[in-house]
Amino acid sequence: MSDSFVQLSDVTLMYGKSTAVPELNLSIREGELICLLGPSGCGKTTTMRAIAGLLNPASGSIHIDGRDVTRVPANKRGIGLVFQSYALFPHLNAFENVAFGLRLQKLPASEIKARTEEGLATVGLTGFETRKPAEMSGGQQQRLALARSLVMKPKVLLLDEPLSNLDARLRLEMRTELQRVQKETGVTMVFVTHDQAEALALADRIVLMQSGKIEQLGTPADLYARPETAFAADFMGFENIFRTEGGKVVTDHGALELGFVPQSPMLAWRPDGVTVGSGPHQGRVLATSFAGAHREYVLETALGPVKADADIALPEAAIGETLSFDLPEATARPLAA
Amino acid sequence: MNTSSRLLANWIILGLTLTFLIGPFLIIILAGASDTSYLAFPPEGLTLRWYLKVFTVESFRASFLLSMALAIFGTLAALLLGVPAAYALNRYDLPGAETVRTIVAAPIIVPGIIVGLALLRYLVVPTGVTVTLALFMAHTALVLPYAVRVVSSSMHNLRADMEEAAVLLGCSRFQAFTKVVLPNIRGGVLAAFILGFVTSFNQVPVSLFLSGPGVRTLPIDMLAYMEITFDPSVAALSALLAFMSLAIVFVAERLLGFSRYV
Repeated sequence: MSDSFVQLSDVTLMYGKSTAVPELNLSIREGELICLLGPSGCGKTTTMRAIAGLLNPASGSIHIDGRDVTRVPANKRGIGLVFQSYALFPHLNAFENVAFGLRLQKLPASEIKARTEEGLATVGLTGFETRKPAEMSGGQQQRLALARSLVMKPKVLLLDEPLSNLDARLRLEMRTELQRVQKETGVTMVFVTHDQAEALALADRIVLMQSGKIEQLGTPADLYARPETAFAADFMGFENIFRTEGGKVVTDHGALELGFVPQSPMLAWRPDGVTVGSGPHQGRVLATSFAGAHREYVLETALGPVKADADIALPEAAIGETLSFDLPEATARPLAA
Repeated sequence: MNTSSRLLANWIILGLTLTFLIGPFLIIILAGASDTSYLAFPPEGLTLRWYLKVFTVESFRASFLLSMALAIFGTLAALLLGVPAAYALNRYDLPGAETVRTIVAAPIIVPGIIVGLALLRYLVVPTGVTVTLALFMAHTALVLPYAVRVVSSSMHNLRADMEEAAVLLGCSRFQAFTKVVLPNIRGGVLAAFILGFVTSFNQVPVSLFLSGPGVRTLPIDMLAYMEITFDPSVAALSALLAFMSLAIVFVAERLLGFSRYV
């Protein structure tokens, strides 16, 4: 196992004259499932295309399995890519779609047949050989695209928003499927998504990106519990983020006295980290909604709106009523500026 | 309007449309079979001799071959230029792509008689190229708009990431084009060929100016023949040509659902 199976060193990616990704450094471990996460335009897809060889870096280098592939064309890199649209070949049936790459390698017919059948079996599409992509459901097309890449035994398998075109039920199914395939084949997988829940559920490690830079890199548990910046905190569901000044938190709206003196320039609380029903501060209910295990409130406070989850056992407060609340030290997440 | 009278109106419109579309066709078929030495309709007596005479007229044979060659090779040349052009216009955000599209469509918009005169005055006369070459170039240019349009529309639905997928599976850019793009636009290319063939074969105004001694396309030759001999063989020939076009379109429709592309 190599700790830098895929190594991007000072990679700068440009579209025409505009820089999409400046001097990116990233190491991907062999056999891991890593996720590039971020809002649209953060450079995650651009980075993936650079690894695939579909976009040449303006500067910097890319190594895969110890070999410098910076100038190696995409068709010689041995990398698989499952496109968001699947990009299946509509004129070929399922078998020929999967066999496409193997045929290019001029392998013996018996080997092509064996590997194609094995690939279709891996994704549960045995029996669908003669179907055209148009005759298959979205989920089946996705599996077919996966099989087409997997039979090439790629060093790295890239997946662009692999679950975004599926409905909620299929999405869950495909999630488990991807994890199973990854475990079975041991292939290094890099997938791109804007959905943090998907990233948290699937990835071994998450690379959170913003404006072409890595904002934070860590395990899902790390990122979820310990975001380091306001951007990361916001992305991970810390909906209350405030600047600090001495023993106070401040916004453009106003300030609140805390019961402690923070050591960081910013503090963040998840809605479930805000105490409701007791505490030194008062907030007027702006909105309320029932969420099963808890009740969600938006409170109008001296800081402006604060989002807070209240225990379902507490009596419901109507819009316009006043609730007391607290921003406790225990649930506060310190953030860098 | 109640349902039955609306139905009646629909049938009347359909009937009139078919009459105007098929009527002239029936007229030439029958006029070509008239047992008279002059063109007559309704035919007076029926005979097949004019249909047979068509094949014995020497100049018809020569001009038919020229028209065939022009239609086939002119259309092939137009496709050779048009398919890559359609590909480039679809795939790349080229500066001036709109201008290129407009220029490519120009031979459809500009009246053929002007194109013909212009080619004669500014190509054939000053450069001295042969009339046959000028005809070939003119027909290629006339068919090019159809090639670009029809192939473009079949390429329009073809996503660029399909080619990237092919490249990642080991194709060169050129292989990606031949193995993935071409098979998926095959229907469009064939449709463009048929449309181009028929357009070229029936072309009159441009070819009118580009005729020389012994070099005439079939429609021009038919016009010339009629000026001298006003017998039903011209109608017979027209009917035969119409049948040929019909057969081509019919076969194309059966083979690849031609009407999807036009």
